[in-house]
Amino acid sequence: MDEQTRNILEILEDDARTSPEEIATLTGMTADEVSKKIEQLEKAKIIRKYKTIIDWDLAGDDYVYAIIELKISLERKLGYQAIAKRLYKFPEVRSVRLLSGQNDIAMTVRGNSMKKVAFFVAEKIATQEQVQSTSTHFVLKTYKEDGVILDEPEQVKKLVVSP
Amino acid sequence: MRTQCKPSQFIANSMQKIPPSGIRKFFDMVSDSEDVISLGVGEPDYVTPWHIREACIHSIERGETSYTSNYGLLELREELSKHYTRRHNVYYEPETEILVTTGVSEGLDLAIRAIVNPGDEVIVVQPSYVAYVPSIIFAGGVPVTLGARPENDFKITADEIRAAITNKTKAIIINYPNNPTGATMDRSDLEAIADVIVEHDILMISDEVYERLTYEGTHTCFSSLEGMRDRTILLNGFSKAYAMTGFRMAYALAPKEIIDAMMLIHQYTMLCAPITAQVGAIEALRNGEEEVEKMAREYNRRRKLIVSGLNNIGLDCFNPRGAFYAFPAISSTGLSADEFAERLLTEYKVVTIPGNIFGDTGDGFLRCAYAASREDIKEALERIGNFVDGL
Repeated sequence: MDEQTRNILEILEDDARTSPEEIATLTGMTADEVSKKIEQLEKAKIIRKYKTIIDWDLAGDDYVYAIIELKISLERKLGYQAIAKRLYKFPEVRSVRLLSGQNDIAMTVRGNSMKKVAFFVAEKIATQEQVQSTSTHFVLKTYKEDGVILDEPEQVKKLVVSP
Repeated sequence: MRTQCKPSQFIANSMQKIPPSGIRKFFDMVSDSEDVISLGVGEPDYVTPWHIREACIHSIERGETSYTSNYGLLELREELSKHYTRRHNVYYEPETEILVTTGVSEGLDLAIRAIVNPGDEVIVVQPSYVAYVPSIIFAGGVPVTLGARPENDFKITADEIRAAITNKTKAIIINYPNNPTGATMDRSDLEAIADVIVEHDILMISDEVYERLTYEGTHTCFSSLEGMRDRTILLNGFSKAYAMTGFRMAYALAPKEIIDAMMLIHQYTMLCAPITAQVGAIEALRNGEEEVEKMAREYNRRRKLIVSGLNNIGLDCFNPRGAFYAFPAISSTGLSADEFAERLLTEYKVVTIPGNIFGDTGDGFLRCAYAASREDIKEALERIGNFVDGL
């Protein structure tokens, strides 16, 4: 990756709303060059989506999150991809990952209540043919999401003048 | 009743030779103000990377709270030795040629006291860090200041050094990448200076604490130049690259005989650097590379932001290739650097440091540290712009 591409990606990963003009100032490129580069990165699917990290707890919405780990028995000819595909199409499922170790797949599920999430897992996930077993962990508190600390950060006071 | 005294009567005469720190005045002006944006700091705005802090916490939990070798932990010196071989291709023997110090400030003091006889001259290239001149005076030496010129992008030239050398010159102190100008030196610039060093048989004290914050070109370690290893006291530390200012963690690299002499002072005045900080430094050297590079990339973006911002305001700013300072010329405003900085602070609440504090050739310039968040830099530029427009 060249230096300017890395610059653009790091800036946008930190704040997706940074304008091409501002990125231009920060990198020494022109705004046109930045826009063109971003377009290329979007086309190449290196930039997938521009999202907002929301603290739904604070917003007052009582979403329930659960991390579900699955053991999979693979059928002939069908790999993990096939079961992953069936799983990720459910809108309740927020993330799906293939794992090394004891369990094969971990996913995050979001619902309006524990009951709803539990039923979703029981009815839609556990009943999948390849799913051997499920283990559900409800999330009690999220401290950090996607690199962003949701806990109130402590402010440290520093000198304002120093040599 | 016993007779009264004036405490001032006990102060040594030599203390009167030390000029008061110009920075102190700004510190006092700021301390009770609110809504102040500071471009006045000489330290990273980052907190020390967590893996380093965590290693220190763990070390305290294990009960590592003792003195260490006067030289510093051997493990740390071995890491430093490897680090210099790897990065600069210059070897220092961990047992005898590396001294861990409490900040570069201590290393500087030891270096000067170890080499200066009363009356010896030490050339200080300015604008530069405010401690060099006082340290020489403390040691009974004679500071000879030598101004790097703005026309030359604040690089010092071999000819300028040659002209300042007398038969009393013992050493020269340089600091590149430079505080306060952000200037750096190319290898060829340093090679020319190395020739002068040999010609006049003097010693180089090279303060390279901003080494890792070099954004254009590559940093050349002075002692890595041919023949310079035995003529250099190299000072460096963890403060700037690893955002570890409060740990006071630094080191001096020099030939054994010089380290021996520095040790004589260090063992009786400091004994050793704090063990917790040394443990943090080991962790920094082993696993800190990624964070150093990440912070440097962000400083580089802020550098572009502030330099273009200052130029747009009409404050002519040369391109600083290292450290985290922009050094715009403010003479076009008709104000002195002192007036500019004071009025900017009282009227617009932006802290900057007048360049003359760092040496005569810094007069007419302003040190603006960009080790601040982008939001703060943008807001500061806005305020500086308004201030300049209103003049």
